[in-house]
Amino acid sequence: MPDKKSLTFVLMDPPYENARTTTALRLMDIAVRRGHDINVFAYEGAVNVAFSKQSPHANAVHGRDAEQEDHPNPKDWVAALFQEAEKRGSRLDWVQCGLCVDERGAGECIPGLRRGSPADLVKFTETSTNTLVIPTK
Amino acid sequence: MSNYLLIESRDPFESNEVAYFYGLAKDLAQAGHGVTLFLVQNGVLPARPSVQAEAVAAVARAGVEVLADDFALRERGIAADRLAVGVKAASLEVVVDRLAAGHKALWH
Amino acid sequence: MPKKTLQIVESAYRATLEEQDDTVVWITHAMKGAGGEFDVLLRGNAVNYAVKAQDASGLAFGAKRQTQPPRLAEDVAKFADKGVTVLAVAEDIAERGLERGDLIASVKPVSRAELPALLERYDLIWHW
Repeated sequence: MPDKKSLTFVLMDPPYENARTTTALRLMDIAVRRGHDINVFAYEGAVNVAFSKQSPHANAVHGRDAEQEDHPNPKDWVAALFQEAEKRGSRLDWVQCGLCVDERGAGECIPGLRRGSPADLVKFTETSTNTLVIPTK
Repeated sequence: MSNYLLIESRDPFESNEVAYFYGLAKDLAQAGHGVTLFLVQNGVLPARPSVQAEAVAAVARAGVEVLADDFALRERGIAADRLAVGVKAASLEVVVDRLAAGHKALWH
Repeated sequence: MPKKTLQIVESAYRATLEEQDDTVVWITHAMKGAGGEFDVLLRGNAVNYAVKAQDASGLAFGAKRQTQPPRLAEDVAKFADKGVTVLAVAEDIAERGLERGDLIASVKPVSRAELPALLERYDLIWHW
């Protein structure tokens, strides 16, 4: 793809707690659909975005059982991004900050992610077209 | 001269720091750089004509392209055809395209 | 030549207990050690990281005490040893009632008006 670029996103927020996770996923989805390669450095609470033990639930307030609620967990959205990237021939390299994983007990994540360190973020910075840090507050 | 993409996710109703970011956008534009201020999440709230609309309009008058995420506008029931002066609705794709084009990108 | 990044630090005092650090100051030290090129701009509440008199010691929960509280002024001062320039927005310092003598010596004040020229000196600007 002639306009293929490599974009790096740095995430900090855990899932469920604010809108930044949604916007970050939207940006990554757009980038994948555009055919770009993506690097993700998941720092701090963001290492929980793809935690494999997330599970769906029913919604009694709305009178829906789990199947009707159809409530994908964040890990499912991330898995869908990996699938879309593969389909489009894009590379999605998702690095989990290792110390952040350890201190949060977040070692169990979906396939496709890898453990890393700030050195990976330095490498991403040097090899990608651009980097966007989405900080927590 | 450079191109800057300033992404504002917060709103001035909640945070005083938004004024700093609007000010940075204006100052960069007045220094001759290409500047886009892209409002996302609650950052689109001042795009609805309101007491905060003048602050956003002032940024646009300074030569900054002010865009508001069309999904965030719709999510908040803000009509895309009745935005504060100087603000245009836009797809989040603009952010990815400007990143890919190498614009210096800051998220606030 | 590595890309030169300006770390703008705005968010402050988020992680006193769980991280025992400011995580952006920390990762900047780590990335510098891994070969990256960084300078730091403290703004907003984070200008307080340059205050000499910070003391986060003494937290205890039941019988468990925090023995390694963050020492943010030291962490910021140590950037000078690594060739990382630390700047702080002068107006943010003044608005918070701080004077030059309250701050560590190595931090250089910079005015808001100088920010456009400052940002131009960097390939990337990461705003935390």
